[in-house]
Amino acid sequence: MTSPLPILLDITVLAVGLILLLWEAFADDREKTFLGWFAILGIGAAFAFSFFVKPYDFSDMPQLAQFYSGDALAIFYKRFALGATLIVLIMAVEFRPLLAKAIPGVGQNAGTGEFFAIPVLTCLGLMWMASAVDFIMIFVSLELVTISFYILVSYMRRNAFSLEAGVKYLILGAFSTGFLVYGITWIFGITGQTNLHRIAEVVAVLPPEQHVPLLFGMALVLVGLGFKVAAVPFQLWIPDVYQGAPTPITAFLSVGSKAAGFIVLLRVIEPFLASPVIGAKLLAVLGGIALLTLLYGNLAAMPQDNLKRLLAYSSIAHAGYLLMAVASWRNGTVAVTVSYYLAGYLLMTLLAFLVMVVLNKAVGGDALSDFNGLGQRSPILAFGMLMAMLSLAGIPFTAGFLGKFMVFRDAIAQQHWALVVVGVLTVGAGFYYYLKVVRAMYWNAPSDASAITTTPLVKTTIGVLVALIIVLGVYPQPIFKMLRQPVPSAKPVASLTSTPTVAKHF
Amino acid sequence: MLNLLIAIPIVAAIAVAVGAPAKKSALAAAVANLALTFWFLFGYDHAASGFQFRSSAPIVPDWGLSYSLGVDGLGLLMLLLTALVTVAAIWIAPKVEKREGLYYASLLLISAGATGAFVSLDLFFFYAFHELALIPTFLMIGIWGSGDRATAAWKATIYLAVGSIVLLVGLLALYLSIAAPSRTFDIVQLQALAAQGAIPQLSWVYLLLLIGFGVLISLFPFHSWAPDAYACAPAPAAMLHAGVLKKFGLYGLLRVALPLLPEAAQGWTSLLLVLLVGNILFIGLATIAQKELDRTIAYSSVMHMGYIFLGIASLNILGLSGAALLIFSHGLSVAVLFAISGKVRERTGTLEYARLGGLAKPMPFLGFTFGLATFASIGLPGFGNFASEILVFFGAFRHAGEGLSFSPFQITTIIALWGVVISAVYMLRAYRATFLGEINERWKALPDLSCALRPAVIVLLAALLVAGFRPQMFVNLVTPVVKTLTAAK
Repeated sequence: MTSPLPILLDITVLAVGLILLLWEAFADDREKTFLGWFAILGIGAAFAFSFFVKPYDFSDMPQLAQFYSGDALAIFYKRFALGATLIVLIMAVEFRPLLAKAIPGVGQNAGTGEFFAIPVLTCLGLMWMASAVDFIMIFVSLELVTISFYILVSYMRRNAFSLEAGVKYLILGAFSTGFLVYGITWIFGITGQTNLHRIAEVVAVLPPEQHVPLLFGMALVLVGLGFKVAAVPFQLWIPDVYQGAPTPITAFLSVGSKAAGFIVLLRVIEPFLASPVIGAKLLAVLGGIALLTLLYGNLAAMPQDNLKRLLAYSSIAHAGYLLMAVASWRNGTVAVTVSYYLAGYLLMTLLAFLVMVVLNKAVGGDALSDFNGLGQRSPILAFGMLMAMLSLAGIPFTAGFLGKFMVFRDAIAQQHWALVVVGVLTVGAGFYYYLKVVRAMYWNAPSDASAITTTPLVKTTIGVLVALIIVLGVYPQPIFKMLRQPVPSAKPVASLTSTPTVAKHF
Repeated sequence: MLNLLIAIPIVAAIAVAVGAPAKKSALAAAVANLALTFWFLFGYDHAASGFQFRSSAPIVPDWGLSYSLGVDGLGLLMLLLTALVTVAAIWIAPKVEKREGLYYASLLLISAGATGAFVSLDLFFFYAFHELALIPTFLMIGIWGSGDRATAAWKATIYLAVGSIVLLVGLLALYLSIAAPSRTFDIVQLQALAAQGAIPQLSWVYLLLLIGFGVLISLFPFHSWAPDAYACAPAPAAMLHAGVLKKFGLYGLLRVALPLLPEAAQGWTSLLLVLLVGNILFIGLATIAQKELDRTIAYSSVMHMGYIFLGIASLNILGLSGAALLIFSHGLSVAVLFAISGKVRERTGTLEYARLGGLAKPMPFLGFTFGLATFASIGLPGFGNFASEILVFFGAFRHAGEGLSFSPFQITTIIALWGVVISAVYMLRAYRATFLGEINERWKALPDLSCALRPAVIVLLAALLVAGFRPQMFVNLVTPVVKTLTAAK
């Protein structure tokens, strides 16, 4: 009966990360790919282990329970972080030869070891964040994630683009952190609490004259989170940083940073809905941000001719759909919608980036024209990319479609007509720019007809990701079950077990 | 069992894509599906009517979402159309020079998508299967198309994608408008709910469905993707899309929009009448102005949707049966026309009237069959189109006005009758310009359709003749379905 505690997962990953760091420090000067394999094994083991972990409410450890939650949502996002890290590490192993070229040092092997260790630590930050139910804890874990990304983004020190990306990310990231902390202090000032459950209790009975300062604090927090999830108008750093960072890190950034932002957003908004007045204002602001994000992301993606930049704008666009779901908040369904969408987004985005990494190595570029005729040069890579693009565009029988299906369902149920209308138009725009990639791969003739070889590991990963995209797109029940796992305790997790509210007329 | 109909083309598509002998496998799959369809047709218990061969697997029980299949008379008619046109399209496909595997895989996927949509009894899968055909169409036009294929492919794909998402919003709104505990995507349960009056008759939801389906059907003024796409698409893709896939929207109106929102539909009848006159007159006149054979056929296929809409709008047994039969007959006749125009293009490299003429002399078979298809398309007796158009006109004209004045329906019918004259003008002109008159020296030695390919055309024309001489065979299939529709009103 005693299933392992959720926190054991975090500890495992911490151990893997520390071993990697120390091993790298004391290992001989040789090729460091073995560290990558060790990281893959370690994270893979933790990922497998996560399926034995059951939700736990830590009521027997009140100190821990104050800032750490072991509910189904937390475990889902821990698993999410582990899965993402696993695929990113596989990409990193593929990418290492390119990386080595861009690092000054004594030999070919210098300085590539940490490239496998730091993502593991980022993963740890993401996992802590999934469990964080206290502003202090949220802040600390967010910093662990952000700071490891500072290092990773500018990892290719000889590459001017990578350095530029690093500086941009550092400055804007530091800014957003400032906003976040400042917002937290305002909220603390009004409510006297940092724990989210207690804040909910205070907000429910807050006198109206204190609404404005509280909303001001929340607005600042939203600015901070807006940077993480790539919401307009905090999206300016995205294209340059995505383009400059090493491709595996771009993938990690677009999936990890976004998931982190949304789990925190879900957790942070909930206490404020305890007061209907504050809640309505908050959701209205989020609706506005969602609208702008949808429009900007999709329209700006259309003229792109570099796949990395295209995916950067697509990442903004998908933040828009996710925000649309959050703005159409429905107790009981919002967490499921957002989590399912993110799971699908993880699969399709990582699949696209994986193909890009392999192609990068073979061709040396990531412009759309580099994909010309990929259907003939490497059918498996082209098929992987095709499935990723179809899923991103939202073709049925893919996880991407079902995600959009749920988002639109929630928005219609809450009668957010402006969002629905804009959403319909942006999905149409999405078809255009995602199919541009398909066109390059299948319509256009290759400039160089030589075949591109792929390693068995890459082939397997592509196969697994494609299978997951289709299976989850047709049969999403496993994910819903994960999210609905009850917490074995009397204290229910509000966001997941409360009964769905039914919009009246609808 | 119905699963097989979907699985065979998909498995064949995968096999072909990874290197099985392309045309042979594809044709085998199509013929197998045709045989299976006949098996269903004869195994269907007409006395019991209703949905048969049903199967269901729960997907998300909380949402009332399940993978349910089943067919009734209308579904069978659509399946027969799909299977016939698929066989013909694959049979008649020319030798493909580049990427033969992808070509046949795309054709099979288009066919699988249409089949899946026609046998699904769940709104989610009904929608999803139709979308399955979107990307193969994009690839077919983009890779093997002619003329300005890039523009045509983009235009059609974006148009259809946006139309589909409008449709999705409509379907979701329909789903959400039902009170929470009985929400379901299951079409059979939804029809039961509608019979109990448990579905709110929201007129804007019907409008969303009408626009969504309308874009897919090329209802005026959402039609502009269709002529370009069909003119540029390779012949087999045009046959499948114009003949079968476009009928998905009409099938959706008959299967989903009308039975579930009968009262809401009434409010939009006048709008539909105006739009369908747009299809018949505006597009009809635009068709006369075309200077190429493929564009004439493409425009005419848009124009003929007007008659089907008229039958659907009339909402009585005559009109609806006529509409269903016209879906079938038009699908076959347009497929023959596209097949032959494709063959002409293969031989001459052009379809401009100014450069063609007299082709019946070197190609008597193509000329003769094109003539038959022309007569069918105009609506001359002996072909399914005549029988169904007569039903449509009588059905629509039954809506009498007060006293001696004409009702809007009758006025529309009178205008629509002129459409037959318009069809005659452009179709006969097309026939004359292509197959009669002076022949260009260059075309004198061109070969006729080879005997091996002739069955493809003969099968379609034979089905058209059967529908023309024994329409009651098909009408009997759809009458029970149509009766429930008129009862719902």
